[in-house]
Amino acid sequence: MLRLAPLIAIAVLILPISSGVLATLLPAFGWFPALGGTTVSAEPFRELFREPGIWQSVWLSLKTGLLTTMISLGLVVAFFAAWSGTRLFERMRHLVSPLLAIPHAAAAFGLAFMIAPSGFLMRLVSPELTGFVTPPDWQILMDPGGLSMSAGLIVKEVPFLFLVTLAAMPQARAGDFHRVASGLGYGRMAGFVFTVWPQLYPQIRLAVFAVIAYATSVVDVALILGPTSPAPLAVRLVGWMGDPDLAMRFKASAGAILQLGLTVSALLIWIVLEKAGSALLQVCSLSGIRYLRDGALRWFSGGAMALAAVLVLAGLAVLAIWSFAGYWAWPDAVPRSFTLKTWMRSLDAVSGPLWITLLLGLAAMVIAIVIVIASLENEARTGRTGGSRSLWLLYLPLIMPQPAFLFGLKMFFLAFGVGTGFAALVSVHLVFVLPYVFLSLADPWRAWDSRYAQVSATLGGTRNDTFWKIRLPMLAGPVLVAAAIGFAVSVGQYLPTVLIGAGRWPTLTTEAVALASGGDRRVIGVYAFLQMFLPFAGFAIAALVPAAMFANRRAMRA
Amino acid sequence: MTQAASLRLEKVRLGLDGRTLLDLDCTVAPGEILTLMGPSGSGKSSLLAFVAGFLPPAFEAYGHVWLNGDEITALPAERRRVGLMFQDPLLFPHMSVGANLAFALSREAAKPKPERARLVEEALAEAGLAGFSDRDPATLSGGQQSRVALMRVLLARPRALLLDEPFSRLDRELRSQMREFVFAEARKHDLPVLLVTHDHEDAEAAGGTVIELEG
Repeated sequence: MLRLAPLIAIAVLILPISSGVLATLLPAFGWFPALGGTTVSAEPFRELFREPGIWQSVWLSLKTGLLTTMISLGLVVAFFAAWSGTRLFERMRHLVSPLLAIPHAAAAFGLAFMIAPSGFLMRLVSPELTGFVTPPDWQILMDPGGLSMSAGLIVKEVPFLFLVTLAAMPQARAGDFHRVASGLGYGRMAGFVFTVWPQLYPQIRLAVFAVIAYATSVVDVALILGPTSPAPLAVRLVGWMGDPDLAMRFKASAGAILQLGLTVSALLIWIVLEKAGSALLQVCSLSGIRYLRDGALRWFSGGAMALAAVLVLAGLAVLAIWSFAGYWAWPDAVPRSFTLKTWMRSLDAVSGPLWITLLLGLAAMVIAIVIVIASLENEARTGRTGGSRSLWLLYLPLIMPQPAFLFGLKMFFLAFGVGTGFAALVSVHLVFVLPYVFLSLADPWRAWDSRYAQVSATLGGTRNDTFWKIRLPMLAGPVLVAAAIGFAVSVGQYLPTVLIGAGRWPTLTTEAVALASGGDRRVIGVYAFLQMFLPFAGFAIAALVPAAMFANRRAMRA
Repeated sequence: MTQAASLRLEKVRLGLDGRTLLDLDCTVAPGEILTLMGPSGSGKSSLLAFVAGFLPPAFEAYGHVWLNGDEITALPAERRRVGLMFQDPLLFPHMSVGANLAFALSREAAKPKPERARLVEEALAEAGLAGFSDRDPATLSGGQQSRVALMRVLLARPRALLLDEPFSRLDRELRSQMREFVFAEARKHDLPVLLVTHDHEDAEAAGGTVIELEG
């Protein structure tokens, strides 16, 4: 059984993606008998390109994706260069880490509640500084240039890249190289960028690709913060896909292939930028200039990082306040009264999605944990690892733009009668949950001192004894953290849930995004609050359970 | 508690990447200590891994290992009944001291629970740690942990004992105490012992044959 685990993991990832892409390609060229398409033609593409403003949408997605990635990565590099190894760095790590667990949609709402013309920041300074007594008529949210959408993505991608980079630091022997560079008289930031960064980047490259892919094809954040006329490509595609006129699905499929091309183009442009960046770095590092005066840049990077974190956290707090707010007139900074009315009123509506979110997350998480642990245990027993190919495989669902295979998968499920059931939904969540669980658990699992297994064997313990009584309990902490991450990933899924669930399985995330256009801040507050509460509860359990289990075991508290 | 057995290494040869690390043919009698000395990379720890049953597949290994007339070369590690002590005590950090010792009784699963509990208490008393059963291993001193580790090995009723520089992490005074304790226990149980070490004092104290390996 154990030997099958890696195969099952591959099947869980590859089957939905490959069948999904195939079933997107066929209707894109007009052929999909289940929808009445029986001739191969380029008509869906012709129809797609006749859509008004389609190239504007493409350009918007491309621009947003690259801009978001550049700024997020730039912020993380600058912050690591300026502050790694300091106490401020540790503090920031604690501030940034929880942000990873917050669903994109909740973070976007938090940001929106802060920066909107009627939002908290404007309330803070009005009317005293601005003179406004009504919210100004500024288009901050949903601006046509997509800047607020980029901001919404940046505040979520920065924590992701931060933690991925942090995990790569030990292998890059950051401390050693940094000391050598300082010894040679280089400034703190230059020393880092010249010596440590070239070793770090290859290790986080796939994660950067994942950010590009996500930012070029995002739907939920775009629905909350993105422009509408025209909207980014992925948003328009989802609209066509959900159209009651099934013929629209041919155009949507053609659009999904365009989306794939768009994301691939963004990746290619990025690879060119990588080359240019590395050449520039080469020139700068050979110039002999020491770049000692980096004080201003250091403080700027620290400030920007803090701003990104604080904006979201404060936004989430404001969002929670809204859900309890009574009368809250503009420009009051705090509500005049607090009430449980919104919660009471929403309780009925919210309990269904809450249960679905919970069960869906738990199911996907449990299956993912079992497959991942079985794969890792098989690896430990056989001594064979998948190598770098398996890393690509794990990142495939994160680098593949979601519409490009989810559209097809939806039609594939329909055509083969799998339908829109709970199992279909769990299987598609698994595609995204499994990679994160694996990436989070693989390092601690592999780093475990295998001499404990040898001790166990020489004491007469079978392999199963060793696994159940020694290895699994010793790794209980990392296993639970991986489980909490997997659960959080499932809670945050938007597009897979709306597409595959076909509206029959509303979750907190799909409901919250659906409420975005209505603009009832109190109700949005309720949904978004629960949306962030669930992942946090997961992480709290992951921290408290091992602490209670091993309360009297000092060496387990590391 | 343990039946007397001799450990025989018949024409054992270990290689890595086509290079022979070590070539050995010897017998260790019950209660005798054979000391292997040599620089790191001479294959002495690999020899212990070969005897215990977890030599990594990258190594080429030839020859046979016999324990009291039974060939164990092909047996899985858990069925060889070869005890092993590392540099570190490696007490399972999530278990109490008593649970660590009880884990070594997995071969005695048939015995009733009170009987197994008695064996654990006896082992603790033997190590001068009576009443330590419920303690967290991390709260024990280095010497105490080493003694628990030895008692854990002995409770599994091994037929031979492998020592991989087991004293090197202890400070000087503790080292000689621990050495005496381990050797005395090994003799008392009539175990053939294979000792790998850098330390000449270890070799002298062991009093048996010393084989110097080349690098």
